[in-house]
Amino acid sequence: MASTPQTTDAHTTAQGEMDLLRFATAGSVDDGKSTLIGRLLLDSKSIFEDQLEAVESTSQSKGYDYTDLALLTDGLRSEREQGITIDVAYRYFATPTRKFIIADTPGHIQYTRNMVTGASTADLGLVLVDARQGLTEQSRRHAVLLSLLRVPHLVLAINKMDLVDWSQEVYEKIHREFTTFATKLNIPDLEVIPISALQGDNVVNRSENTPWYSGPTLMHHLEHVHVASDRDLVDTRFPVQYVIRPKSDQYHDFRGYAGQVAGGVLKKGDEVVVLPSGMTSTISKVELFDTEIAEAFPPMSVTIHLEDDVDVSRGDMIARPKNAPKPSQDIDAMICWMTTEPLKPRQKLAIKHTTRMGRAMVKDIQYRLDVNSLHRDQEAGELALNEIGRVQLRTTVPLLCDPYSKNRTTGSFILIDEATGVTVGAGMINSAS
Amino acid sequence: MTNTHVDYQLSQLDQLEAESIHIFREVAAEFEKPVLMFSGGKDSIVMLRLAEKAFFPAKLPFPLLQVDTGLDFDEVLSTRDSWVERLGARLVVASVEDAIKAGHVVDDGKTSRNRQQIGALLNAIEENGFTAAFGGGRRDEEKARAKERVYSHRDDFGQWDPKMQRPELWSLYNGRIHAGEHMRIFPLSNWTELDIWHYIHREQIEIPSIYFAHEREVVERDGMLLSIGPEIQPKGGETVEKKMVRFRTVGDRTQTGCVESVATDTAAIIDEIAIARVTERGATRGDDRFSEAAMEDRKKEGYF
Ligand SMILES: Nc1nc2c(ncn2[C@@H]2O[C@H](COP(=O)(O)OP(=O)(O)OP(=O)(O)O)[C@@H](O)[C@H]2O)c(=O)[nH]1
Ligand SMILES: [Mg+2]
Repeated sequence: MASTPQTTDAHTTAQGEMDLLRFATAGSVDDGKSTLIGRLLLDSKSIFEDQLEAVESTSQSKGYDYTDLALLTDGLRSEREQGITIDVAYRYFATPTRKFIIADTPGHIQYTRNMVTGASTADLGLVLVDARQGLTEQSRRHAVLLSLLRVPHLVLAINKMDLVDWSQEVYEKIHREFTTFATKLNIPDLEVIPISALQGDNVVNRSENTPWYSGPTLMHHLEHVHVASDRDLVDTRFPVQYVIRPKSDQYHDFRGYAGQVAGGVLKKGDEVVVLPSGMTSTISKVELFDTEIAEAFPPMSVTIHLEDDVDVSRGDMIARPKNAPKPSQDIDAMICWMTTEPLKPRQKLAIKHTTRMGRAMVKDIQYRLDVNSLHRDQEAGELALNEIGRVQLRTTVPLLCDPYSKNRTTGSFILIDEATGVTVGAGMINSAS
Repeated sequence: MTNTHVDYQLSQLDQLEAESIHIFREVAAEFEKPVLMFSGGKDSIVMLRLAEKAFFPAKLPFPLLQVDTGLDFDEVLSTRDSWVERLGARLVVASVEDAIKAGHVVDDGKTSRNRQQIGALLNAIEENGFTAAFGGGRRDEEKARAKERVYSHRDDFGQWDPKMQRPELWSLYNGRIHAGEHMRIFPLSNWTELDIWHYIHREQIEIPSIYFAHEREVVERDGMLLSIGPEIQPKGGETVEKKMVRFRTVGDRTQTGCVESVATDTAAIIDEIAIARVTERGATRGDDRFSEAAMEDRKKEGYF
């Protein structure tokens, strides 16, 4: 016996209708990232009793004086043993207006690739610093990575204020130090908040210990930061992911191009160009499942129909004739290298860009970026694990790309080691020719 | 024609749906032989619904694989059959019983059927040569799962190595595997239990009736309410009671507990879950409760 749900009350749609903010933590080891996430979950009442009990009893049995909230996200056995985060943990909570997807990333330099994993999809980066230590090399590295990844909003949370007597001078000194550093980076929106993750000050509840601070609490900021306008609604980009051809009697002539909109708005009647072939046609229908819709925009997954029988397959891109990327095989990009064997000139790798796979050869490593001084070391010659540099690539297939600063989807790619199959590099395109 | 998005805002549920559909299409395009692991529970039904949307009006470009524990609820099997028929999908059943007979799985009388599923599952994946297996796991379920990638690489032994996960950037998934290996794919990674229910509600999705409150004979054991049946009988000191209950997960009927509830439709369930104080696994899954790392251990062995 099976049953179908019956009620359709309006109140239950609230969760479906709210918007989404993805954010990622960043900062050095032990700055308190996981503790802060635990605190956010706890104070927003997103922790279940059994989860809290488990963490309380583990803390007790380890002989801690207080409940170690980091245990709420440090879910791997080796993480709990070492008291550090190794891999990114995803946590979820919602307030009445927003759902949050948190990526709690590791601070340890060895696991930078996991931090990059968590930050690549974030709308907001939350960099923690330990008030006693101020900016460290690792907090700078993470700020650089967040800025390279074009995470559009940044929060600098100055943590462990309880250990510096809630000193306004300490707050302002770190604030200044960071702002000076950040002028050389691309950080469009910055908020600096003094907190104690352990005790909860200025996380969800406003602190009485910081009367000199008049800015928002962290939670207030997360709930209100405006993320809707971060998307490109102008430049139409539709990477074709899958061609739907049912080959059934009922849908004999059906031919739909399925994919997720990467930019712009697509609608019936739009004149379009298919890349790399350059053939033009007109959109005859935009569908979401079995329903025709008026417009498709990022990040919708839809099916597009064209008026003409042009040749379109996976890896192609649908754009507008007067606004289309130029197919290019010479790519200039920033690369974050993520494996122990260094990246060297002439090295060959597999490359995945939107829905396109090909091979790439390293033509030149132009410079390595020193994350502390932001100095460009042109003598580097190679990129070691966790290093970032500017690289020229030549690809076997033309890429249909934009600068990463214009579009995070059509401007990014990954590099794959052809022997091991492992993802070894993350690329952000500067330009292509 | 509908025009609901004049402000070009996509609600969080629509964003999740779009992300999951993208994952389904990506896997169908890049893997030679994908399969959808179907448990009959609400998460795998939501997966089916998303897969239906991803490829409409074509049929699913992959079969469903069900591990039959021999201990599945009848209501779950009949909902499964109705879905399979409506979608015209192909169903592969891997039975734990057969796997025990063939010697792929050892029945020592102590191991729960949920654990024995691992052997039957890995065996079915290997025998059929499946290269990618969709699972309905969500990161909000459990601490170890919160760490897992959408594309989760499994070695020749079907094992997960949590310390060696591949970086996973943007929505650029890396599906490279070597012969003998396979990939677990989790299209519902970013959904929460509440999202699943909102989606079931919104889409009017057919799910097994035992998810809704009904009267049932139960016995309380280890803080869980277990349903009386062939395998579960009251032990000394335990009393059988008739209660209004519903299931929050539907696994093996000897291991899955139910919760007291008066929620007879999805709207009422959403209300109950919104104020729930205990996780769905904590409340009702006996097999996750043995140690803090229970799930991590089972995942390493190749559990869903
Ligand atoms: N006094 C004080 N201690 C804190 C505060 N926040 C965190 N801690 C402590 O700092 C230590 C490290 O905290 P974690 O949350 O594990 O640090 P993390 O940044 O997640 O570390 P990694 O993930 O390994 O990079 C723990 O012992 C915390 O209890 C704070 O606000 N005040
Ligand atoms: Mg941590």
